Amino acid sequence: MAEKTILTVSDLIFEAQGKSILDKISFTLSDDETLAVIGPNGAGKTVLVKCLLGLLPYKGSVIWNKNVKVGYVPQKLYVEKNMPLTVAEFLAFKEKKLAKVEETLVKVGFGGRKNLLKDKLGVLSGGELQRVLIAYALLGEPNVLIFDEPTSGVDVVGEGTIYSLLHKLRAEKHLAIIFISHELHVVNQYADTVFCLNKEKVCYGVPHHAINEDVLTKLYGEKVSYYEHKHHDY
Amino acid sequence: MTTNFYFLLVIGALVGVVSGLLGSLMILKRMSLVGDALSHVALPGIAVALMVGINPMFGAFVALLVAVLGIWYLEKTSDIYPEALVGLFFTTSLAIGILITPEPELFEALFGSIEKISTLDGVVIVLSSLVIFTVIRLIWQKLILDVVSPDLARVGGIKMTRVNLLFLLMVGLAVALGVKFLGTLLTGALVIIPAIAARNISQNLSAYRVWSMVFGALSAVVGIVLGFWLTLPVGPLVVLVGVGLFLLTLLYRKL
Repeated sequence: MAEKTILTVSDLIFEAQGKSILDKISFTLSDDETLAVIGPNGAGKTVLVKCLLGLLPYKGSVIWNKNVKVGYVPQKLYVEKNMPLTVAEFLAFKEKKLAKVEETLVKVGFGGRKNLLKDKLGVLSGGELQRVLIAYALLGEPNVLIFDEPTSGVDVVGEGTIYSLLHKLRAEKHLAIIFISHELHVVNQYADTVFCLNKEKVCYGVPHHAINEDVLTKLYGEKVSYYEHKHHDY
Repeated sequence: MTTNFYFLLVIGALVGVVSGLLGSLMILKRMSLVGDALSHVALPGIAVALMVGINPMFGAFVALLVAVLGIWYLEKTSDIYPEALVGLFFTTSLAIGILITPEPELFEALFGSIEKISTLDGVVIVLSSLVIFTVIRLIWQKLILDVVSPDLARVGGIKMTRVNLLFLLMVGLAVALGVKFLGTLLTGALVIIPAIAARNISQNLSAYRVWSMVFGALSAVVGIVLGFWLTLPVGPLVVLVGVGLFLLTLLYRKL
């Protein structure tokens, strides 16, 4: 299938209280591309995602193609441990047909998990909650998935499986994916393109070419070795 | 026992159910303090209504309407919920209410006077309850989604500002209905206690909603029966029955 641009962002600017958070961000996304957005804490990654989703007012332009359906996977849910809301009830907000819900849960890797639907959201592990959130997004039959990585709460093993899951979904469903990550090894392994963000564009392109020592210094300060993260691969 | 007694039981149960339903949402929205404090705003409204000679329930509703619009505005314009400000505003209105409420009516405005509920009040309560049930049915799911993830709600195209306004209006209406039963000091309890009791024993959302309403109704009915039997004021008894139910659910959870 020929690649088609489905998102064009040009000169995106976001300011809060007179401070520049995003400065002239431009990039495109094609219909089966996986784009990683990386950068240090406070670089504006989540703000960028919220601008793409139209949740924040911005200057510049964010143009989605017609017929694009975005599935959003937020960083976290605000559920207390004993909040009386089950996985089934939460997913029913998006899809009432139980068969479809069950089928989607299998797709996100819950095949062997019994009674998941009756579990409270608050008792799920970080990784499980992430997968439920991905299922929630998939139930809307999206052609783009926007995934905001949690900064905490998911262990490294869990994280590995989330990204391989995204990779698998992309292959099955012809999905474009935008994901925010802190982990360079994940970017290298799963993304077609990377956008390095630190309030402005620091790098943009194929990960192997775009990310180098110079870029990393600009992103994270001195002495961050990119190979240090290699041992996290699973 | 007179027809009036059964009439009061039914009306009381209805107020309990409605309060429990709204309370279940207020607890999830972490607005329990607001629910309690909100009822205090009714007092100046009741005072003014008594002074100009109109139905105190109407006066209470108008005062609550103003307060609800205030809360909604604060919620909309500020990221952090200004709870301290709300507390200040509500205690102020309680203080003013106490000063301007005519002395003979002050006690009943503060603690309720179930024996003064008229047939007209009953009709108003039934109709208002129907409105509350209908509106909450429509916005229930949106409110819960917003609690769990405001971003998912907005990405899903839900206009939360509007939904929250509707919700707060229903809370104002429910509190106005409860004020005549329990008075401005205790009405908040009927909103909050059944819901926290329900939360102790509920494994899912629909059970939580049902138990909140059941506990609301039970508190009201048992409280009214005890009040008539022991010839004690109904308001405090309703609250104490609610507290009793809460303690039972706590015990159940611990077992």
